[in-house]
Amino acid sequence: MEPFVEHTGLAAPLDAANIDTDQIIPKQFLKRIERAGFGQFLFFDWRFKDDGSENPDFSLNEPQYRGASILIAGANFGCGSSREHAPWALLDYGFRVLIAPSFADIFRSNCYKNGILPIELSSEDAARLRRQAETRDGFQLTVNLPKQTVSDPDGKTYSFEMDSFRKEFLLKGLDDIGWTLQYERDIAEYEKKRDALPT
Amino acid sequence: MNAPRTMFEKIWSSHAVREEPDEAAILYIDLHLVHEVTSPQAFEGLRMSGRKVRRPDKTFATMDHNVPTSDRSLPILDQIAAKQIETLETNCREFGVTLYDLNSPDQGIVHVIGPELGLTQPGRTIVCGDSHTSTHGAFGALAFGIGTSEVEHVLATQCLQQQRPKTFRIAIEGGLQEGVTAKDIILNIIRRIGTAGGAGHVIEYAGSTIRALSMEQRMTVCNMSIEGGARAGMIAPDETTYAYLEGRRFSPKGADWDAAVEYWKTLPSDDGADWDAELEIDAAEIAPQVTWGVNPGQTVDVGGAVPSPDDFDNPDDQKTAERALEYMDLTPGQQITDLKLDRVFIGSCTNSRISDLRAAANVVKGRKANADVRAMVVPGSQAVKRQAEAEGLDAVFRDAGFDWRESGCSMCLGMNPDTLAPGERCASSSNRNFEGRQGKGGRTHLVSPEMAAAAAIAGRFVDIRSWS
Repeated sequence: MEPFVEHTGLAAPLDAANIDTDQIIPKQFLKRIERAGFGQFLFFDWRFKDDGSENPDFSLNEPQYRGASILIAGANFGCGSSREHAPWALLDYGFRVLIAPSFADIFRSNCYKNGILPIELSSEDAARLRRQAETRDGFQLTVNLPKQTVSDPDGKTYSFEMDSFRKEFLLKGLDDIGWTLQYERDIAEYEKKRDALPT
Repeated sequence: MNAPRTMFEKIWSSHAVREEPDEAAILYIDLHLVHEVTSPQAFEGLRMSGRKVRRPDKTFATMDHNVPTSDRSLPILDQIAAKQIETLETNCREFGVTLYDLNSPDQGIVHVIGPELGLTQPGRTIVCGDSHTSTHGAFGALAFGIGTSEVEHVLATQCLQQQRPKTFRIAIEGGLQEGVTAKDIILNIIRRIGTAGGAGHVIEYAGSTIRALSMEQRMTVCNMSIEGGARAGMIAPDETTYAYLEGRRFSPKGADWDAAVEYWKTLPSDDGADWDAELEIDAAEIAPQVTWGVNPGQTVDVGGAVPSPDDFDNPDDQKTAERALEYMDLTPGQQITDLKLDRVFIGSCTNSRISDLRAAANVVKGRKANADVRAMVVPGSQAVKRQAEAEGLDAVFRDAGFDWRESGCSMCLGMNPDTLAPGERCASSSNRNFEGRQGKGGRTHLVSPEMAAAAAIAGRFVDIRSWS
């Protein structure tokens, strides 16, 4: 996994709460057995019309948001299905940072495993940033993970909370399985006791 | 004396291989269920890093999400789906994992077959790359959905890194009205707490109403915990649980059974245990529920009307309601019982077990589906299908003009050919009414199997309590 330390990028708004993973990546694309190449299907039913052409009303299709790497959305982003294809699609499309008032649990965990940083800001702060992304051309944000801050171009800084354990993994791009396997002896010992139980 | 603990805390601490401050815990996993859609990349990851499946004996696979529900002797026409199914077969063979494939008499929706086979047991930690893994919590297990990276992690280590969630006790007390089901209980709960109301929490459902439910009804309740945003849902094991499990293929036998029951009896939450959140609901207040919008929190009583965005205080909810009204092609004030239907789906890991099919058949018996409605019944597993056919339920459905299918997830998520056409309105016994979930442009209303069956006959929603 690519380490995440600091990131500066264009912010795109997506003004809706409860965006579920069925919207992020519709089911017809889950039949693929690869991990790569899902970006073309991101928000497919919102991004494209029935004839396959782009839907001009969908924010990510607006010219000023091409190349965005930070997405600002509403509360409970990523609810529903556990499909990791959702963060795979977001990452492949170019998003490294997601900002929302809250994220669904499984989705948040799936983001961490793929080097995407989900940042929770208050509803007011997230809405303020989203409105700026909507109204200012080329609105860029800088995210500093060691300091746990998001900074706008005017120098206004927003702090965010983050679990220190996950932070370390992101900063160093650590391999989860490798970390757990350091404790292989503990697992084997536990297993011996567990296997002796009747259920 | 030890401090009183919740059932969740007991299971968690008995499975923590390592739990240190400022670290995620390493939680041991007793049962890992695998299906074709969220596992190929995980097995590929193992292959690339030269790792094996640590405990193939604790890993069980089936194919359910993308499988056709038509004649199993015919080839699968969707080449990409066929490839995904083949990949699961290859992976299970290579890594030594038991697979209940399309030809197996045990094939079915992963959350239906786990309990059927007796794999789901109280006190276990159970995971699967599917958010409805919460279903298994009905047995007093700690069961939750995971992503594909975590599937790989469990395959390789039989463990997961987990942050300890909070606890939420929801007590439902008293008798239910006639015609009100487990599905209505859980839809009503989600309507109250919202789709993020359980975020970061494990819910324990308790109270006299829950105690009176059968195992299959308890599974329906726990199944939709994720729709309330919860990490997991669970119900304390009791005599109902033991009676369900006794004699099943993977249930403990003989002296092990007695020892297991002894242990299971220690699991229920202690009196006086601390909860991070609590809610009490009077069962008598719950009417048959119908979702009107595009998330399971957007629910009203069957006797109610489609709400207006102005009915909501929160601006997010107002916007979500506006969008939902447009997508669902509804107008505020429309009576739910005036909504005409094109399709009816009875199936899914929420409501496709034998008792669901019996209840739906009981409604349908001797009647005919409305001429404008296409109705289908998809049993949750081959075992459910066999049992239903032995009881003649298939004939009841067929005589009423319903389509009787092979087992799988089917139109709950429409990964196979079973989908809604754009604009079609469907009464569905499944768990998600998200935009496009059952087919692009399709309009899903979630209801109980009984309500779905009655809607198929009437051609519109009816109040099952007064309908005859």
